[in-house]
Amino acid sequence: MSNVPADLKYTKSHEWVRTLKDGTLEIGITDHAQHALGDLVFVEVPEAGRTVKSGEPCAVVESVKAASDVYAPVAGSVTEGNARLAAEPETLNSEPYGSGWLMRLKPAPGALAKAELMPAADYQKMLDAEGG
Amino acid sequence: MRVREKVIYEYSHPGRGASDQWPHDPGQAALSDLPATLRRTRAPELPEVGELETVRHFTRLSQLNFSIDTHFYPLGSCTMKYNPRACNQYAMLPELLARHPLAPESHGQGFLACMYELQEMLKAVSGMEGVALSPMAGAHGEFAGVAMIRAYHRARGDLARNEIIVPEAAHGTNPATATMCGCVVREIPVDAQGDVVLQALKAAVGPNTAGIMLTNPSTLGVFERHIVEVARIVHEAGGLLYYDGANLNAILGKVRPGDMGFDVIHMNLHKTFSTPHGGGGPGAGAVGVGARLLPFMPIPIVGKDGERYRWLAESDLPQSIGRLSAFMGNAGVLLRAYIYMRLLGREGMRRVGEYATLNANYLLKRLQAAGFDAAYPQRRASHEFIVTLRRQARELNVTAMDFAKRLLDYGFHAPTTYFPLLVPECLLIEPTETESKDVLDAFVTAMSQIQKEAEQEPGRVTSAPHTMPVRRLDDVRAARQLDLTWKPTAQP
Repeated sequence: MSNVPADLKYTKSHEWVRTLKDGTLEIGITDHAQHALGDLVFVEVPEAGRTVKSGEPCAVVESVKAASDVYAPVAGSVTEGNARLAAEPETLNSEPYGSGWLMRLKPAPGALAKAELMPAADYQKMLDAEGG
Repeated sequence: MRVREKVIYEYSHPGRGASDQWPHDPGQAALSDLPATLRRTRAPELPEVGELETVRHFTRLSQLNFSIDTHFYPLGSCTMKYNPRACNQYAMLPELLARHPLAPESHGQGFLACMYELQEMLKAVSGMEGVALSPMAGAHGEFAGVAMIRAYHRARGDLARNEIIVPEAAHGTNPATATMCGCVVREIPVDAQGDVVLQALKAAVGPNTAGIMLTNPSTLGVFERHIVEVARIVHEAGGLLYYDGANLNAILGKVRPGDMGFDVIHMNLHKTFSTPHGGGGPGAGAVGVGARLLPFMPIPIVGKDGERYRWLAESDLPQSIGRLSAFMGNAGVLLRAYIYMRLLGREGMRRVGEYATLNANYLLKRLQAAGFDAAYPQRRASHEFIVTLRRQARELNVTAMDFAKRLLDYGFHAPTTYFPLLVPECLLIEPTETESKDVLDAFVTAMSQIQKEAEQEPGRVTSAPHTMPVRRLDDVRAARQLDLTWKPTAQP
């Protein structure tokens, strides 16, 4: 059974979004996603300063089974990529919602309201429907 | 047999070697062309091993190998079919083996005739109007194909077309090829039956569309039923259709990509036309094109003036995307494919598609009857099909990888695992037309036996293989801590 924290927002493509105190968004991939990918061996995160559109591929996660793009859930400008993941990709497996975060992003004006994010209950329902 | 073979460096002793195999000492003269800054300052660390030990080492390694000559090899999407000995025999005629690529055309008319006829036969079986043989692998053929699509739009001054549409059921290399050719990839979904979602395609095409790359049958092992409609939508939007020939074996002699509306295709001669492959090649990714792309084909191509064969070069095809390989690419592979096609003939080629499909459907039905879940149970298989072990993973904690590893103990090469990515815990199984019913039945028996083990003693499956030279390898650690060079200090 996948862990789906109630205080986060989710996308259909299995990213999660956390709003930090200063309004910056922290973004990662869900426990379900890391489990489906398996042991990660390579993670590429975006550089600070990069501007991303909503739905744009902005990070790459690679396991022994598959390589997968991660899509920006919200448009904005990247303030930080999680540098730790380059040397320790396994962090994403062990703490997908904690130190395994992928990037921090300052949302473009109004972008957060426009983003197609769902609450934890809906994401859980989607996983149940997929038989996950 | 369970033998661990050492790496060849471990047999090394200073001063040993096979002196009668050494090249004549070229002396300093041969080096004089190389600038001093490019010459190495110390000798490379090469193993020093006698001839007999070397022969034994490589013979033992070859005996540890799983190959189509020793084992059933149902590796989905790879078409690991038997490579007839006759193809090897004729391709190794001394007149062909000893031919020098720079020899004058008049000295190579036999070889050129083989290549010309191979081009003609591939045109006939694919329904295309031109064929170029030089790309040396499937991905190389893809590169040639998309480069031609780009060259076509550029020649028309249609410079905005830089988007390649790729359905999520396409072959994995397609997005990489598009990116390599400087295009932007737009992915579109497939529905629950494995067909392209036409609404999504209509929404994706436009003035930026360079083309679409499709594998048909797709990597889901099913035929794209909307192909005529897909071709119409893409063509009306001004784009071209690329056919990835990875799964051509399914439709060989029955349906022609040219008739489906495709403008360009690559054919994996090492799959469909049965040349030896695995372990990285060598392959051959011949490309076929429709009328619109004829001027852009890669060179060399073999042409015919009256009764004489000759190389077509830049002067014949000034708009060519250029040369992609030295000389005629993998000429030995091309020769084997040529002989294979001549052995089969038109009728035989039709039976390839028929029996490849029959074998896949027979195996699918038998596995379903044995309790395995098909990923697309409502669809008939093409030449391959997907079994999903999601239920076993959930209920028994035994994964597709565990089944794959355990199959090795039963004497079967594992099917393709975890591809396509759309289907969780999947095995992509392609038996090919060259396997007998007995072999297919034995595979079903092994799968049923492993299922029983998974229920009764799952540890036996999750710790497999037990009878191989090596046990379960730590592929995660191997990927995270790459170690690619042998070091003397690493030895005990």
